[in-house]
Amino acid sequence: MKTLEEIHEIRENKRRELDLRVNTKADTREKHILVCHGTGCTSSKSPEILENFRRILKEKNIENVRVIKTGCFGLCAKGPIVIIRPEDTFYAMVTPEDCEEIIQTHIVEGKRVERLLCKDIDGKIVNSLDELNFYKKQKRIALKNCGVINPEDIDEYIAFDGYKALERVLDVMSPEEVIEVIKKSGLRGRGGAGFPTGKKWELTRASEGKQKYVVCNADEGDPGAFMDRSILEGDPHAVLEAMTIAGYSIGANKGYIYVRAEYPIAVKRLDIAIKQARDYGLLGKNIFNSGFDFDIEIRLGAGAFVCGEETALLESIEGKRGQPRVKPPYPAQAGLWGKPTLINNVETYANIAQIILKGADWYSSIGTEKSKGTKVFALGGNVNNIGLVEVPMGTTLREIVYDIGGGIPNGRKFKAAQTGGPSGGCIPKEHLDTPIDYESLKEIGSMMGSGGLIVMDDTKCMVSLAKFYLEFTVSESCGKCTPCRIGTKRMLEILEKLCNGEGEEIDIYRLEALAKNIQKASICGLGQSAPNPVLSTLNYFREEFMEHAIDKACRTAECKALAKIGIDEEKCKGCGLCQKHCPVNAIKGEGREKRVIDQDLCIKCGTCIATCPFHAIN
Amino acid sequence: MEENMVTLTIDGETVKAKKGTTILQAAKQAGIDIPTLCFLKDINEVGDCRMCIVEVEGRRGFATSCIQTVEEGMVVHTHTPNVLEARRTVLDLIISNHAKDCLTCTRSGNCELQTLATKFNVLHVEYPGEMTKHKVDDKSPALVRDFNKCILCRRCVATCKNVQGIGAIDCINRGFESCISTVGDHSLNDVNCTFCGQCIEACPTGALHEKESIKEVWARLKDPNTYVVAQTAPSIRVALGEEFGMDIGTNVEGKMITALKRLGFDKVFDTNTGADFTIMEEANEFVERFKNNDELPMMTSCCPGWVRYIEENYPELLSHLSSCKSPHQMFGALIKSYYAKKENIDPSKIYVVSIMPCVAKKFEAIRPEMQNEGLYDVDGVITTRELSRMIKQANIEFTKLEDSKFDDPMGEATGAGAIFGTTGGVMEAALRTAQDILTGEDLEKIDFEAVRGGKGIKKATVNIAGKEIKVVAASGLKNARKILEEIKSGKADYQFVEIMACPGGCIMGGGQPIKSAKIRSEVDVRKLRANSLYTIDEKSTIRKSHENPVLKKIYKDYLGNPGGELAHKLLHTHYEKREKYNFET
Amino acid sequence: MEKENKQCNEKDLFLEKLFQEYLPEKDNLIQMLNEIQEHYGYVPMHVQKELSEYLKIPMAEIYGVVTFYSRFSLEPQGKYKISVCLGTACFVKGSQKIMDRLTDRLKIEPGQTTKDGLFTIEQTRCVGACGLAPVFTVNGEVYGKASVQKLDQVLDELINKEKQSS
Repeated sequence: MKTLEEIHEIRENKRRELDLRVNTKADTREKHILVCHGTGCTSSKSPEILENFRRILKEKNIENVRVIKTGCFGLCAKGPIVIIRPEDTFYAMVTPEDCEEIIQTHIVEGKRVERLLCKDIDGKIVNSLDELNFYKKQKRIALKNCGVINPEDIDEYIAFDGYKALERVLDVMSPEEVIEVIKKSGLRGRGGAGFPTGKKWELTRASEGKQKYVVCNADEGDPGAFMDRSILEGDPHAVLEAMTIAGYSIGANKGYIYVRAEYPIAVKRLDIAIKQARDYGLLGKNIFNSGFDFDIEIRLGAGAFVCGEETALLESIEGKRGQPRVKPPYPAQAGLWGKPTLINNVETYANIAQIILKGADWYSSIGTEKSKGTKVFALGGNVNNIGLVEVPMGTTLREIVYDIGGGIPNGRKFKAAQTGGPSGGCIPKEHLDTPIDYESLKEIGSMMGSGGLIVMDDTKCMVSLAKFYLEFTVSESCGKCTPCRIGTKRMLEILEKLCNGEGEEIDIYRLEALAKNIQKASICGLGQSAPNPVLSTLNYFREEFMEHAIDKACRTAECKALAKIGIDEEKCKGCGLCQKHCPVNAIKGEGREKRVIDQDLCIKCGTCIATCPFHAIN
Repeated sequence: MEENMVTLTIDGETVKAKKGTTILQAAKQAGIDIPTLCFLKDINEVGDCRMCIVEVEGRRGFATSCIQTVEEGMVVHTHTPNVLEARRTVLDLIISNHAKDCLTCTRSGNCELQTLATKFNVLHVEYPGEMTKHKVDDKSPALVRDFNKCILCRRCVATCKNVQGIGAIDCINRGFESCISTVGDHSLNDVNCTFCGQCIEACPTGALHEKESIKEVWARLKDPNTYVVAQTAPSIRVALGEEFGMDIGTNVEGKMITALKRLGFDKVFDTNTGADFTIMEEANEFVERFKNNDELPMMTSCCPGWVRYIEENYPELLSHLSSCKSPHQMFGALIKSYYAKKENIDPSKIYVVSIMPCVAKKFEAIRPEMQNEGLYDVDGVITTRELSRMIKQANIEFTKLEDSKFDDPMGEATGAGAIFGTTGGVMEAALRTAQDILTGEDLEKIDFEAVRGGKGIKKATVNIAGKEIKVVAASGLKNARKILEEIKSGKADYQFVEIMACPGGCIMGGGQPIKSAKIRSEVDVRKLRANSLYTIDEKSTIRKSHENPVLKKIYKDYLGNPGGELAHKLLHTHYEKREKYNFET
Repeated sequence: MEKENKQCNEKDLFLEKLFQEYLPEKDNLIQMLNEIQEHYGYVPMHVQKELSEYLKIPMAEIYGVVTFYSRFSLEPQGKYKISVCLGTACFVKGSQKIMDRLTDRLKIEPGQTTKDGLFTIEQTRCVGACGLAPVFTVNGEVYGKASVQKLDQVLDELINKEKQSS
């Protein structure tokens, strides 16, 4: 247990000690070597790198250098990432073997290890983080502490204003005042649908009942999305603090974090954070001597995408199959065990403390008219800078893909971006300048979703992409309601027919009719949005569907049954690279001759398409 | 009063409904019917099937009318083209994964899915595709489960789990692979199923039905060397008529006997008489136990689903069960002993067919204890539904039949025997006899209103000969569990407990005519059938089992005293602990 | 035989500890199943039976929960669990080809285990290493920027290692 004074003391002392983390001109002789421990970097050996640094420093008897485990820096494509502060030197793709050299050259000799310095897309060496185009257009609120603090040390969180918002709330604010601030800030749920957060809090507060609950939805399941995980791994206390504030505001004393068991690092760090917060008296009885009690328990999911749907999540916390409930009643009215329950997702909570500290006006000054603040995206697919980005609402897709993401690799063309995962839709190039906000994305047939943003180049077949998402939905449908259970399966079967060249034009109409009825008749968000990837691709890439159905052709050759691979005579330079890679020797031609594919031998594996440096094969 | 009401508009009609009323119910009040499939009033209200969707102005997506409640000023449209199209799609999808062999399905003509398909005039399968395939489970003697006909409405699951508190079946797997099954997909025979058959009554299609035994019965009727005797349980006569379009609860005793005769049964006896024997034995057993304060409370043992339940779940309480066999078993044993001897028939040539409202009786009849001199008491058990099928197969115009009477000498029964078919009836009948035994008088007060009615648990204290007797009648196994837990924890001090596995008792048994969810939501089927039994009781000249002249004669001529040696041999049985789950883990 | 007994006792100890740790409340079911899956590598039927007794939940319901969540398995898992990420980022980068190769070589489908008990194939959705897409994992160890060739190499190594040890 810590007294208020002790917390203040920790904050002051620690903040001074950690100044070098955020201030390149910090007055210190210390150096901090930050080693990213997000899942991406961890799986490419960052724990070993951390160990090596510590061992070498000890062997060499070097003092004043600390090695810190941090959360995700965001630029996963360059991982494992090591940053040395205060000078802010960015080493990319570090291996455990590089540690010796970094210590010797950088720490001992005071010179940079040139070969490990991060380079931008244009090949320019980057001297510090802010120089990277990747970071220039970003604004970090939810990710503020990710990559800055050690997530396993509560003192570091406290140093950067941690638990200050909670203190203020309990000290001088009434629950109504807190809710008013959140409402005024314009914050909307970051889980996908964008319901106004303050209003949700208000509704839950207004619901009758002595027992209420606060739940954090950390069951991030969109394939290719890892925003929430990064926050939990990089800044777990931010979520705990926000949940406690929420508990105070709605009148709840108990919180649950429902987190995927597939996120072991996040679970471990949450566990540590909860223990530390309890030790300090920041969770438990009589927090800050205010008379307010609040505690949090972790509940592990067990591999069911549908549990990201709030009512399915509640069922799962109750120990049941994660099958959604019909709404209304909403969880705010009847949630966990029928009691009023507030559910927000991780990213939503990650904004709360800062809204309290910096004010609703500050927050609402960021973003667009209806969508305030920032949004974190997991940028992936055919884009150069794969990673985690946080941008103000209203940033255009083009800015994200080209300025932050560094464009499309291998000289390919942008074809579409997919947001909202299996519930979202595809955005074609004509909508690249759409500002990212809830309404605009919906208008063009997609949705914000939780933040997965997958970029696709022109080698991707949109019919098979739709099929990919339907496969996902079919395998993740809970099976409760008819339209989703059987309907998505039938949609998938029609798409399979199309991809196998067995489809007809009428199948496209059947697909569309089925999709629209599934949207309307399903119980939950999963079923209601399952047809979105199909309807949006049908909307923007209808000609590709028609080609599959009528011409029995797939322009990208992704649908093997339909692929006719040919070499463009004009583009072919006769280099013979394709011939060398063809596994079945189906490519004929000698010397500098233009190559030809023997269609009888071709197995349509697509290897030649990928290897041709001149994009002559299609 | 007014503040509890809301006013809304449904299809242009102004409707006033109580707060908390569902849209479906409010529409029904206004005479507007909304189709449903998964909805089963008070039992399964989950909104899974999506047939009952309606449009509510101002709401995104459809409303689920079977569970969502009315609101002030709500404007509902129940059959816009949008709604109809979505409903049709839902129906098409269900049909796409349903075995479409209606011609060879036991529920043809009484299938809620078929009814809807007819309404929508479904002429082809709009979305053909892969179908989930499952093995038919027909291992148990009582029930058959054919998942290929299941539409995943989960009415059976809700009934088994929430009404009966058993949970033998549940939804397993996920998504398209979801199905209703048992743990490890084992047979119902090998899991904690009690064979109550309530799931059959809940099923809208042919996915659950009784294990049919009429082939064997036809074979015996054909065989001139077999003496085939029918006995009919109390509740058959108040339900059989429903299968021929007659009003629910109509007493068709006379027609039923005529029909059985026409089918070729050599004799038709009344299980009500068997029930009178059960009361004689049970009341005497109770009086003994009560006097000696021995293993009280005593619990009734005439319901085979209940007996299987306690054997599996509360073996430590088995000593409380009355050792009496159930009425049809007692009666079967008497037919093959007393009656055979009297009529000089070789008992091994007698084939006793019990017509029961119950599928668990099929299991009870083959329990090894239910034998005497190497012969089973009862040889075949068919349900009310199966009997109706036999009558239909024989092309008998049931509604036009003349009345007949049960055969002598075992056809005379009392009103006490009749009310065996409803919850509280066994208790009431037993009390009528017990009070006369205890007081040594012929008491006039014989109606025990406190144990009548449809409540799941009915507690009462009756005063007999200056002594207070605490009794309870429970129906539905979830209620049985409550009583047993009370007893186990010492919270209750009942002396006499009546349990029936099916909610409402045998009249609502798993072998009775199946009523659609629509009828079940509009009519109190239990009440209509029960009233009919109480009317029989009221009109009976003899209303106490021990006053039945047939009984008196058989005790005098053959059995000796109730509870005596021969009575024990023929009319009593024993129980043993049973494993709930009978498969290797 | 002795070994078997020992194993049996160890299992009992595990359950005993588990039952001490968790109150017999229904909402603990999934938490307990997670621990059971972790400990045994699957959820054995006899454990489901004991859970059923302990939590007073019918076996069918527990079985329904076990078969609902993809993290739980009813069969023991192979010595090497190979998971191919089919998250969108990996899919876009061609992870399906790796999965196809894997099922083709091991002659089993995702979710199945080879007869010799060596390999289990699983498909996962996003392990979070999108920067390394496409990825597959072997017993949790991530192989990033994967290709069919890389998979072949890893498989060959494992198969050879097993051959030598036997």
